Formats: sequence, C-alpha cells, structure tokens
Amino acid sequence: MVRWQKKAVATGAALVLVAALGACSSSGGKQEEESSGGAAGNVADTPRMKVAFITHAAPGDTFWDLVRKGAEAAAAKDNVELQYSGAPEGADQANLVQTAIDQKVDGLAVTLAKPDAMQANVKKAADGGIPVVALNGGIEAWQAAGALGYFGQDERIAGQAAGAKLTELGAKKAVCVIQEQGHVGLEARCQGVKDKFPNVEKLYITGTDMPGSQTTMTSKLQQDKSIDYVVTLGAPFALAAVKSVKDAGSSAKVGTFDTNKDLIGAIKSGDVQWAVDQQPYLQGYLAVDSLWLYKTNGNTIGGGQPTLTGPAFIDKGNVAAVEKFAAGGTR
Amino acid sequence: MASTLTAPPTVDDRVSSRSLGARLLSRPEVGSLVGAVVVLVFFLIVAPPFRELATTGTILYQSALIGVMAVPVALLMIGGEFDLSAGVAVTTAGLTAGLFSYQFSTNVWVGVAVSLVVMICIGAFNGWLLMRTGLPSFLVTLGTFFILQGLNLGVTRVLSGTVSSNSISDMDGFSSAQAVFASEFKLGPLNVKILVVWWIVFVALGTWVLLKTKVGNWIFAVGGDAAAARAVGVPVKRVKIGLFITVGVFAWFSGMHLLFNQAVVQSGEGVGKEFIYIIAAVVGGCLLTGGYGSVVGSAIGALIFGMTQLGVVYAGWNADWFKAFLGVMLLLATIVNLAVKRRADLR
Repeated sequence: MVRWQKKAVATGAALVLVAALGACSSSGGKQEEESSGGAAGNVADTPRMKVAFITHAAPGDTFWDLVRKGAEAAAAKDNVELQYSGAPEGADQANLVQTAIDQKVDGLAVTLAKPDAMQANVKKAADGGIPVVALNGGIEAWQAAGALGYFGQDERIAGQAAGAKLTELGAKKAVCVIQEQGHVGLEARCQGVKDKFPNVEKLYITGTDMPGSQTTMTSKLQQDKSIDYVVTLGAPFALAAVKSVKDAGSSAKVGTFDTNKDLIGAIKSGDVQWAVDQQPYLQGYLAVDSLWLYKTNGNTIGGGQPTLTGPAFIDKGNVAAVEKFAAGGTR
Repeated sequence: MASTLTAPPTVDDRVSSRSLGARLLSRPEVGSLVGAVVVLVFFLIVAPPFRELATTGTILYQSALIGVMAVPVALLMIGGEFDLSAGVAVTTAGLTAGLFSYQFSTNVWVGVAVSLVVMICIGAFNGWLLMRTGLPSFLVTLGTFFILQGLNLGVTRVLSGTVSSNSISDMDGFSSAQAVFASEFKLGPLNVKILVVWWIVFVALGTWVLLKTKVGNWIFAVGGDAAAARAVGVPVKRVKIGLFITVGVFAWFSGMHLLFNQAVVQSGEGVGKEFIYIIAAVVGGCLLTGGYGSVVGSAIGALIFGMTQLGVVYAGWNADWFKAFLGVMLLLATIVNLAVKRRADLR
C-alpha cells in the first residue's frame, strides 16, 4: 500500500470519529430505548437437557426471530440447552434432523412445512426414542411423523379468517401478495382468503428484494384500479405495500398476516388496518416447554389434537395491548 | 467475414472511413437498444396501463433500482472482473448506516458517512485480495458474498436483537437524508423518484469517464489484456482496485436509498441481485470476458429488465407464470440484441 493511502484512511477514520462525537441525534436511537423488564424468573432445577430446534426459516426473517425468542425464553426457564438451526430447502432441513439424531438430543422441535421431505427422518427420531413436537407448519402431517403435539395455526383457516374479514369490511377486490413462490403454507393462506372472499388475485414478489417488491405491488395497483385491499403474508411486505399504495395514488387499504415491531406501529398510526396474528413467540415457547414437560412429568399438550396459536386479529382496537410487548421484540 | 480474399482492397482497410450507420451499428449498446424498443412496443400493445404516463414513473424507478448498480458493475466487467458481492453489499451499506446511527444515537448523516467508509474498505479489500492472490474474481467475491451475508445477519442480530435494523425515521437528519436519497417530485403527471435522476447522472458520468478520459482507456485496456496493458504502462492494479472501490461506493449509494426509503433494512435482503446487475450489463452489450461494453448499454439493459418485470404485471397475466414470462421476454430481448450485432459485424 502506498503511504498516502494509509494517511487518507487514517484521516477519514479520525474525521468520522470526530463527526460521530459531535453529532448526536436529539431524538430516536438507542438512547430512547426502553429497558423492557424481561421475565427473569428462576431457572428450573431439573437436569439440563438438550433440545434441537429445526425450522424451515430463511435467514433474516423477522417472523422467525419471534419464534426463536419464544423458544429461547422457554429454554432459559427450563434449564434447556437450545440448538437453533434452520434451512429453507426440505432436504437440507431433513439433514439437520439427522444430525440432531446423531447427537442424541433429548428433544426435537421441528417445523413440517415440507412434510414429504421431513417425514422419514422425523419418524426415525421419534421411533428412536427422541420426543418430537411439531410447530408452525405441518398440521396434516405431524401425527403421521410421530410427533407428540403441534403448535401453530391452520394456514387455510387463517386465510379464511382474513377472507371473512375482507367480506365483513365490504372490500370489493383484493390482491394476495406471496413473497415466496411455491411455498405451501403461503399458498394455503391465499387459497383460504379466496374461500371466503372470491374476488382476490395472486401476486408474486421476491421477498429478498424489498424495493423491487414495492414497485411490483405499485404496478399491480396501477394495472387494476379496482383493487381496494392489499393482503400481504408477512409484516415487512405490508410496510412496503403501504408505500406502494401511496406511489400508485391508490386508495387501497392494507391488511397482513404476521406482525413485527414496526408493523404494530403502522397499525397504531392507521397505515395498516389489521394483522392476522399466529403468535410466533408462543409457538416457539410451547414447543420447547412441552418437551420439557414431557421429559420431567410425562405430560403432552393438546391431548393428541393440534394446539392452535392463531388466527387472532390485531387492529386499532386492541393494538395498545400488544404494543409494549412488540417494543420489547417479543410480539 | 471470410470473403475478403477475393478483390484486394485499393485502400488500407484499417484507415478507411465507414459510413455513419455502420459506425453506429458497431456500438455495443445498439443491439440492446433495438431489444428495448421491441419490448416497449410489445408491452404497449398487450398492456394498456403501460401507455399511461403515471406508470412510466414506476417503470423508471424499477429500472433505476437495477440500473444504479449496473453502472459500476458494467465498468468492472469491461475491466475484466466480476463482483458477486455487489447485491448483499447494498444491504450491508444500509445496515451499517442504520445500525450505527441508532446504536450511537447520532445524527443519521454520521451513519451515512461511516457506511461510505466501510463500503470503500470492502471494495478495496475485494480488489486488494484479488490482486494479491491472483485468484479469479468469481471466487474472491463469492467469498465476500458469503461473508457479508453472514455479517449482515449476525451483526444485526447482536446489535438490534432482531433481524432487521431499528427504525431511524424519528432521528435527526433523517428528512434531509431522505430528500437526497429517497425522495420524489412531480413532473406534470409523472411521479419521479429522485433515484431515477441520480441514475441518469451516474450513467452520464460513467460514460464520460469511460469514453473521454485516460482512466476510461485504462479500463478497456486492463479488461482486454491485462499483461499487454501493464507492458504499455497502464497501472493495472490501481485501475482494478479502483473499479472495485467504485462498486463499493455505488453499493453505498444504493444502500442509502434502501435505508431512507423504508427507515429499516431487512438483513436478509439483496441475495441474488448481483446477478440481475450482471444481467443488465450483459444484455446491454458488456462481454463476460471483459474489454468491451458500455455504461449506456447497462442502463438499457436495466430498462429492459424493469419494463419486462413490471410489464408482466401490467399485462395482467396469471401470476403463476410470472417468472416464465420474464425469462422468455429476456431471451427474446437478448436474441434481438445478438441478431442486430451480427448484422453490424457483417458490414
């Protein structure tokens, strides 16, 4: 490296430091963050157990963040060593189950979004004496895979709830925005919406490309001006949809599945009308907690039936109750 | 092509002047321009909303989202290298600025500046590693691609506790930064995003550098034959490292747009966009082997991609088939491109 380059870098770094020290923001930022008093209860005195928690989540999805937080909270309380991992591809996820079997874990929590790929390995774990619970996806498949319980919602029923809501609100035409092509759960949601509200069209966007998603929704709204409701299937896309509606000069309203912190804010301000909440935190929490209960007391949750964590609606009427938990990152 | 054996030319064909038409046709971007016109006419016919002026703003914006990054990627490809980390680097830039401002509660412009420094360093690192090891840029930047993807998620989670950066919309400097990076204005019935204006500026700037400056000649030279370029005194290392830094700077700019458009950045974004940038450059006439191409071409490539992406929606075709339509349209555009170029070469 040439000397002047080093000098330039050093000068640049120094400048930035000086600027950083002298330019504090008067509002927002970490300084305003509330310290949310977490539930720092006592840890169970049961022997330490190891639970593998294997999802089909793509990295960087706010929804799965909440599932994970719930699982971690239960793990901390139950003296559980949690191994969280995930792979969007069915075959990769099945491999992760195999590695959990190889490690002889004491419990396995798994999502069955792609049941066909997962079935064999999950069954193998259950037959080998590892207690298994399913969560989030696979409401038709968990019993056959030998799981003790299921925590989640029926995506079709959740979709129908949203569809019924649209009918109730007197919507005329809706577009159902899918952020991942070929995802069984997401397709089921849109199908559910269609069951109860026939005048709905599908639109595919690329979930990892937020500005591109925004323009695609804008163009749909410009193409079909009769659309008066946009239903997205994830919180970040609802926030992009709000921008699209504005860009297109449309008067369409936005409803969504799933929530995160910013979305709760958007419901409060009226940008987003409602969210179908399946309580991801609860899914993660119950999955781990049920394994602990089974191990320590032989209990199963649900009595052989799926335990439904949704669908529930969050709208302007009840958003205040959820808000403070969302700020802490657990709703 | 091989028929020159017959009549020996009376004048030296190296210095003979060609007609204006032939010269125009031999420009790298001409094929793609014809392709773009074909796509435009096609969608004007099949998609009624395409004819409205209001939708033009959306299409230009979609194209600018690709086009801004296609400028440095095209320059880099002309210089004979790839950057597979360009897509996630945009996310890195946005996250850096957002997280820094939030964590230290600074004016957002400080985060913007820090992000610029970080992005220059990442670009310089890519270039330096490439020059130091002599490995193909495909491998080096594939490594950076994975590293950045992991850092985007890992660092964001450690700092913000979730997988997206915290919202900075209520912090000092946000509105002025938004005005620069992600605002919009009315031009008659047209809603123009500021990014489109920047895109045009960048394309003009890139073209000027490439065609009118010494550095531009150097870029062509290092991409055509690095050894020969070195032999005639072109600073090959500096040019290539400079090109990677340019990609870093543009990724910074795109990242700032990402951040100030939404006030938050999702850490998983940007994967796969690096190929879209490369596609735009290639559709626009850049050779995969380097040494040939144009910045204007990359803009036309971005325009083709943007028009097709939204055109399928405007046409109201069944969404299930979206990607298939997209692929067919892109193939058509490139085939037209190729056909035009073949004709041009025959002259």
